[in-house]
Amino acid sequence: MWKWLHPYANPEVSYHFTNKLLPWLSALTAIFLSIGLVWALLFAPADYQQGHSFRIFYIHVPAASLSMGIYVAMAIAAFISLVWQLKLADASAAAMAPVGAAFTAIALITGAAWGKPMWGTWWIWDARLTSELILLFLYLGVIALHNAFEDKNLAGKAAGILTLVGVVNIPIIKYSVEWWNTLHQGSTVSKLGKPSMSLDMLWPFIFCFIGFALLVAVIICLRFRNEILARNSIRPWVRELIQKNTVNNT
Amino acid sequence: MNPRRKKRLAIIGSVLIGIGAVSGLVLYALSQNIDLFFTPSEISQGKKETGLMPSLGQRIRIGGLVVPGSVKRDPENLKVSFRLSDMTMPIVFKDSDPMVTVYYEGILPDLFREGQGIVANGTLTEHPPTGLSIEASEVLAKHDENYMPAELAEAAGQKHDKAKYSEKQLDSKRTNSY
Repeated sequence: MWKWLHPYANPEVSYHFTNKLLPWLSALTAIFLSIGLVWALLFAPADYQQGHSFRIFYIHVPAASLSMGIYVAMAIAAFISLVWQLKLADASAAAMAPVGAAFTAIALITGAAWGKPMWGTWWIWDARLTSELILLFLYLGVIALHNAFEDKNLAGKAAGILTLVGVVNIPIIKYSVEWWNTLHQGSTVSKLGKPSMSLDMLWPFIFCFIGFALLVAVIICLRFRNEILARNSIRPWVRELIQKNTVNNT
Repeated sequence: MNPRRKKRLAIIGSVLIGIGAVSGLVLYALSQNIDLFFTPSEISQGKKETGLMPSLGQRIRIGGLVVPGSVKRDPENLKVSFRLSDMTMPIVFKDSDPMVTVYYEGILPDLFREGQGIVANGTLTEHPPTGLSIEASEVLAKHDENYMPAELAEAAGQKHDKAKYSEKQLDSKRTNSY
């Protein structure tokens, strides 16, 4: 496996690999998201007690679980960068942080918009909501650290340590609704065995979830590509690439 | 793996285990304080592990299921009272269960109904006829994790009607607040 993975530690190889991946990922994102969102927002049946307000579920739940998923991916990258000092791992962690922060914010905002009519309040300091807010602050801290140092290696090290320390928050978010009593309800779709929703509500969710996950992949690939170029701007291959592109455009 | 990497791996691994252990212990020590609310049985008998009991006059949150048939609404104004019992699975209501009555004046959330989970915030008092009760300043609905289309819910014998308010009831609130 090492033999197979080893070439991708080279920025140039990684850059071209990401380039090749992008059109496929974008096409799949467009397919899944358009089917999922149209199905979920227009055709899925309304809930018997929440009515149409429940449709926010199709954006809130993927955003919330992806906000945690991106964090775990970022932590793995930070771990690899700290132990093996792989510069590309730093670049990928820096590419992931703002995307994760955006999805955390989406989860918090859609949750508040749903909470006001359903619970009767925008916000409550229960374990689930508070730990998700801490996740947003962790992301903001990681972004700040990545930009706080001139030296990108130093910045990556500092941000990586914060990322790894913050990992303890992930199981807390996940299990907060089981460990403590909270206003936030338990998990609907990831429950073992039968999910607590009927199939004609569940299928659009699956499409939405895969669609949002692919969207995250596309945005991270775009940002990762930019990070590679920015961090290797003095290398000959980047200069060549830029020259080729400017010749093509003029 | 070369020795430098091995050393870094060991340092990072032990730091992570340390942080995990510390936060685990902190959360364990705080566990009862992180709970959002007391359940009716905890109000009357104290928390299971620590025996912690709220005292009369204390401001607390209570969470429980609205006992069917216990909702009393004043036709003239927005005053409402209902009893809460513990959330247990499967849902059964017995008269012997510890219950707490909630008194509230205001508009109930859309999801409020008999059998629904409710979190109320207010002062713990003792009313002679009903026993322990909460003078609530805020009533929130707790939604469960089940979603159902209307037809399926009807087939399962469940339906949901929002609480309706007459003009007179709404007016009482307006005049009160001036």
